[in-house]
Amino acid sequence: MTAFMTRRKSLFVAATAALALSLSACGGSTPGTSNPSVAEKPTFAANSTMAKLSSAGTIKIGTKYDQPLFGQVGLDGKPVGFDVEMGKLIAAKLGIAADKIEWSETVSANREPFIEQGKVDLVIATYTINDKRKQVVSFAGPYYEAGQALMVNKDNDSIKKPEDVKGKKVCSVTGSTPAGTIVDKYGAVLVPAATYSACLEPLRNKQVEAVTTDNVILAGFVDKEPDAFKLASDQTFTKEPYGIGLKKDDTEFRNWINDQLEAFSKDGSYKKAWEATAGTVIKTAPELPAINRY
Amino acid sequence: MTSVLYDVPGPKARRISLIGSVIGTVVIVGLLAWIAMTLAQQGIFEGRRWAIFTRGDVWMLLGNGLGATLSAAAVAAVIAFPLGLMLCLLRISLVAWIRIPTRVVLEFLRGMPVVLMMLFVLLGFGTSQFVAVVTGLVLYNLAIFAEILRAGIQSLPKGQREAGLTIGLTSFQSRMFIELPQAIRRMMPSLVAQLVVLLKDTSLGYIVAYGELLRAVQVMADFLGNAFLFPIFFVAAAIYIAINICVSRIAVWIERRGSKKAAGGVAPAMIRTGLEGAGNDPVAKNIVPGPDKK
Amino acid sequence: MDVIIENLPLYWNGFLRTLFLSVVSGIIALVLGTLLAAARVSPVAALRGFSTVYVEVLRNTPLTIAFFFAAIVLPRLGVKFEQFEIAAIIALSAYTAAFIAEAVRSGVNSVALGQAEAARSIGMNFGQVLSLIILPQALRTVIPPLINILIALVKNSSVAGAFFVLELFGYGRQMANANGDQVMTVLLGVAFFYLLITIPLGILASTVERKVAIAR
Repeated sequence: MTAFMTRRKSLFVAATAALALSLSACGGSTPGTSNPSVAEKPTFAANSTMAKLSSAGTIKIGTKYDQPLFGQVGLDGKPVGFDVEMGKLIAAKLGIAADKIEWSETVSANREPFIEQGKVDLVIATYTINDKRKQVVSFAGPYYEAGQALMVNKDNDSIKKPEDVKGKKVCSVTGSTPAGTIVDKYGAVLVPAATYSACLEPLRNKQVEAVTTDNVILAGFVDKEPDAFKLASDQTFTKEPYGIGLKKDDTEFRNWINDQLEAFSKDGSYKKAWEATAGTVIKTAPELPAINRY
Repeated sequence: MTSVLYDVPGPKARRISLIGSVIGTVVIVGLLAWIAMTLAQQGIFEGRRWAIFTRGDVWMLLGNGLGATLSAAAVAAVIAFPLGLMLCLLRISLVAWIRIPTRVVLEFLRGMPVVLMMLFVLLGFGTSQFVAVVTGLVLYNLAIFAEILRAGIQSLPKGQREAGLTIGLTSFQSRMFIELPQAIRRMMPSLVAQLVVLLKDTSLGYIVAYGELLRAVQVMADFLGNAFLFPIFFVAAAIYIAINICVSRIAVWIERRGSKKAAGGVAPAMIRTGLEGAGNDPVAKNIVPGPDKK
Repeated sequence: MDVIIENLPLYWNGFLRTLFLSVVSGIIALVLGTLLAAARVSPVAALRGFSTVYVEVLRNTPLTIAFFFAAIVLPRLGVKFEQFEIAAIIALSAYTAAFIAEAVRSGVNSVALGQAEAARSIGMNFGQVLSLIILPQALRTVIPPLINILIALVKNSSVAGAFFVLELFGYGRQMANANGDQVMTVLLGVAFFYLLITIPLGILASTVERKVAIAR
């Protein structure tokens, strides 16, 4: 018993040492990130949110950490993706450098509360604009319009359109908007998973017929394993306008962000942000959707 | 090896048991080998998939995750234990208006899912993720600690308390100095088991996006791609099992050291199956042949 | 409050799913756990060894990893389920059985020594001693801890939501996403339905405990 104990202990010590060693080794940088040029001493109306953030020199942005190509955390703990690039562009216009942004992970259940409590200044997190959410937060944008699609196994030709999945098993993320749509509108049987990548195994094993979420994310999976998966169709069947969430009724800030989005579209930084991230999968950059100024 | 549960096996029984054991072992080893072969055929053990563990940033992320897991568990345990002790005393109070409300509170805390408590703390009080995770763990585990200690106190012979009161201790003093110390020692295995549960429950922090070990693992599997899912999860399982077994062993060691110092404990006649390490109470050890006697 | 009433059918569905998972897994775990405990005190060394390793490994593994093996590794081995509920039940009952085995074993240890000696002296073999004399007495004292384990099982079933099974917590997250303006209310509703299962179990535990309490 005692000998056993000692062995365990030495194992533990060895493991700790190995960890400590690896802690000192440092990771490389992640591809697909950019550093937009930072505005120098921009001026804003006194007491506006922009002025406050600008003089504080830092901004808190919430994003998702598990959405490939939009907001996904890398091995170094920093998120990358199109949402993240949008955040960096906006921060730059406030005179805040990319490394001064405080990123925090927002999951579906905490986006609204985080904005209401001021734990984040902005939420850029594949955040679909809808009326219920508008009652508690305000939205700038949309900055991108996603559309839901279906991904199936390469050899599956029986599913072409969303109507084909009625009564069939479809995998999506627990509590996500695409999961709700495929069940409520198209009568699929939902197989919920923790992340979209977790859906790949059941699809591969033919335990589900399809995986559903926004077309760009699915395109990313197809891009990685073109021999295993394909999109059921190039058509999308919903429109998910992604907005930038901010404190309700901060109209001044909202209008300012909207102006910036239009400026990004004109000066080409919108396109550049796309190409650095989601553009690695879908080559043609989208047009900025018409801004919804309400 | 003997036990009071059965007679010493004769030569025939020993032979049958030996044959059975050999067959059983062969079957299990064969099954494990088949599992390994099947997985190997699917390329799970290809060097390419395991090469990620030569990367510094992978270990760095695992190390950070492990640190987050251990720190949340340690802080939660240190806070939960004294609180549990306190509530245990209130729960067995002789005064009904203390005892009954305490019971209601404990019943509630025990019945609430930890994930929900973490979410409530995060959303309701706008705390940091660490605080939310720790508070959720504390609220649940203090209830369990209180229940374990109460069971321990109630399993003591009545004479202990009576003797305490006879020599002029107050009811509270008797609880504190006579009953609790014995109850803690007696319930040590359950307390340690709960400690391991607490450590594992830190993984529920995913719900508030707390970056503990399992979350780090999922993030990594997501980021690196599906091909690395299996290696990463196998390593994670190994880390968890190693740490939890360490915790259990360290606790057993501390317990044994403690009981050597303590005067002969109180031990009602117990069935010793000869399997629970060395006897913790000398009395029982003397009655029943332990593992160390042939 | 309206949001809870509006979504009552969803809550109810989730509640039934959680109840189903818990009841089926609970029954399997009780049987499996008792067998493991019996194996652990049996005269056959290999059985003792197997039971010890099983309990040690499963108790020290996070449930999520047990789910990973049941829902993702098993299909790779050719064990494919039509219903993912089966994977969830396998994971939940295999995990819970380890805790039940430990509780039952400690119950066996708490039965007075003379009981087993008396049984053996009238010629009973191991199986008879255990099943007729020791376990009935042991189960009585371990019912409260067993119920605690079952309460934990009910709550643990929420992990299934991340592994292809919709249950109460999964429905809760779905509703929270659809009703961004009332997240807290939605979650309070979820808590209520969990308590609907766990609080009666807790009360049952203390009632049983009082009934079977042995005066010392």
